[in-house]
Amino acid sequence: MTGKPDNQRIVITGVGLAAPNASNLTEYREKLLKGQSEITTIDLRYMDPAPAGVCTFAETRYRKKKENKRGTRAGCISVYCAHEAVNDAGIDFSEYDKDKTGVYLGLTEHGTVETENEVYNISQFDYNTDYWTHHHNPRTVLNNPAGEVTMSLGITGPHYSVGAACAAGNAALIQGAQMLLLGEVDLALCGGISECVGSFGIFASFKAQGALAQHVDPTKASRPFDMARNGIVISEGGCIYTLERLDRAKGRGARIYGEIAGYAMNSDARDFVLPYGPRQSECMRKALAKGGLNPDDIDIVNTHATGTRQGDIEECRAIREVFGNSPSTYINNTKSIIGHAMGAAGVLELAGNLPAFEDNLVHPTINLDDPDPECELPNIVANRPVELKAVKAILNNSFGMVGINSVVIIKKYE
Amino acid sequence: MTRDEIKDVVLEIIQDIDEDGEVENLNADAPLRDQLDLDSMDFLDIVMELRKRYQLQIPEGDYPELASLSSCVNYLEPRLKDV
Repeated sequence: MTGKPDNQRIVITGVGLAAPNASNLTEYREKLLKGQSEITTIDLRYMDPAPAGVCTFAETRYRKKKENKRGTRAGCISVYCAHEAVNDAGIDFSEYDKDKTGVYLGLTEHGTVETENEVYNISQFDYNTDYWTHHHNPRTVLNNPAGEVTMSLGITGPHYSVGAACAAGNAALIQGAQMLLLGEVDLALCGGISECVGSFGIFASFKAQGALAQHVDPTKASRPFDMARNGIVISEGGCIYTLERLDRAKGRGARIYGEIAGYAMNSDARDFVLPYGPRQSECMRKALAKGGLNPDDIDIVNTHATGTRQGDIEECRAIREVFGNSPSTYINNTKSIIGHAMGAAGVLELAGNLPAFEDNLVHPTINLDDPDPECELPNIVANRPVELKAVKAILNNSFGMVGINSVVIIKKYE
Repeated sequence: MTRDEIKDVVLEIIQDIDEDGEVENLNADAPLRDQLDLDSMDFLDIVMELRKRYQLQIPEGDYPELASLSSCVNYLEPRLKDV
């Protein structure tokens, strides 16, 4: 891809995030390297408490309490992440037109939290719909989080959501890169957001499926690849990147976190919930081919694994198929530390690995005490970080329900 | 409810909508929108809150009556007299 002209190369120049253990990249990286989980237990309206990842960040740093109250939790997280990313990138919109800036946010779902809250609200009034809020529609339109970002930053270019289940964060990152390559926008704010912990229904549905993690110690509940894994830990969170074309980024002297070297998306076309390894390996190979890369060019594979029995096995099978003969590739899992941030998962997990281009460390997969033989992976990084001679390429997997797969490869910018 | 009580309720509702809004020194006869960061959705919040608290249905045609603090009190006084 480096043979391409600079205006056809897309780079990451800013990161804004809210994770269950951090509200900026420096703090996040430190905690990932330490394997510090801050997964807690939350009360859910109609069901038993469950482990969950909840974010603490400066909610009123970039907009008033009143606006947070009117908007959604997803909007609140989005506004915070977007401002943090723009600030991190050193963009003050003197170098980019706001009408040539696009906002593309990935969501697993949207409106579930707001609808549940409103049904609960009218239940207090004998289900009289006169008490249903006028805020319901603007809160639940699918573009809500991205739209709240444009209102807060005064961005007048396009904004919309990308719905791709738990592959949504990566899908939005790909969307942003594509819009830049097409010349539709000059600056893209893209990433993924999740407010899922506000919905009992999402927890209840995973529970009904036998896929909701349980553990007496919530920080040990998320345990991909471990024999004792028993499901997903649901988290809220967000991560937004600023993407620019390389010529423009270089022109303004931007710091470059990495270059989008390759990406791919495909569909299983078989099952509503069960993932399918062969299609996942195809997706990884397509992303490698797009970047003109071989498996042994990848130093870190950041897995999607969520801690479900079959899902983890399928992904490990796919990774063995692609990277089985690549002894220089190391593998980790971020969900073990932060839980599954759904629409934010792919981008949030990728962000946690980007600093490896500087420190050459692979953050650990925690809670991997008794590895499942069916999840055997070459070079899995378990429980403590591993230092490599150099990290030059990271491959991030992110898969979702109804059979959607996404892979993004980021190269170190040199 | 007395006029003062009604005024306190309206101010409390506004303060709940906008915790950062300064409601202490409002000009009671000037439009609330000119003095506070309130838009049409916020006025609907006031209408909804009055409905929840007092089962008061305010028809859309009467919304202009809520423009200032004084007009709110004038409008609500007969409707909340038995509360």
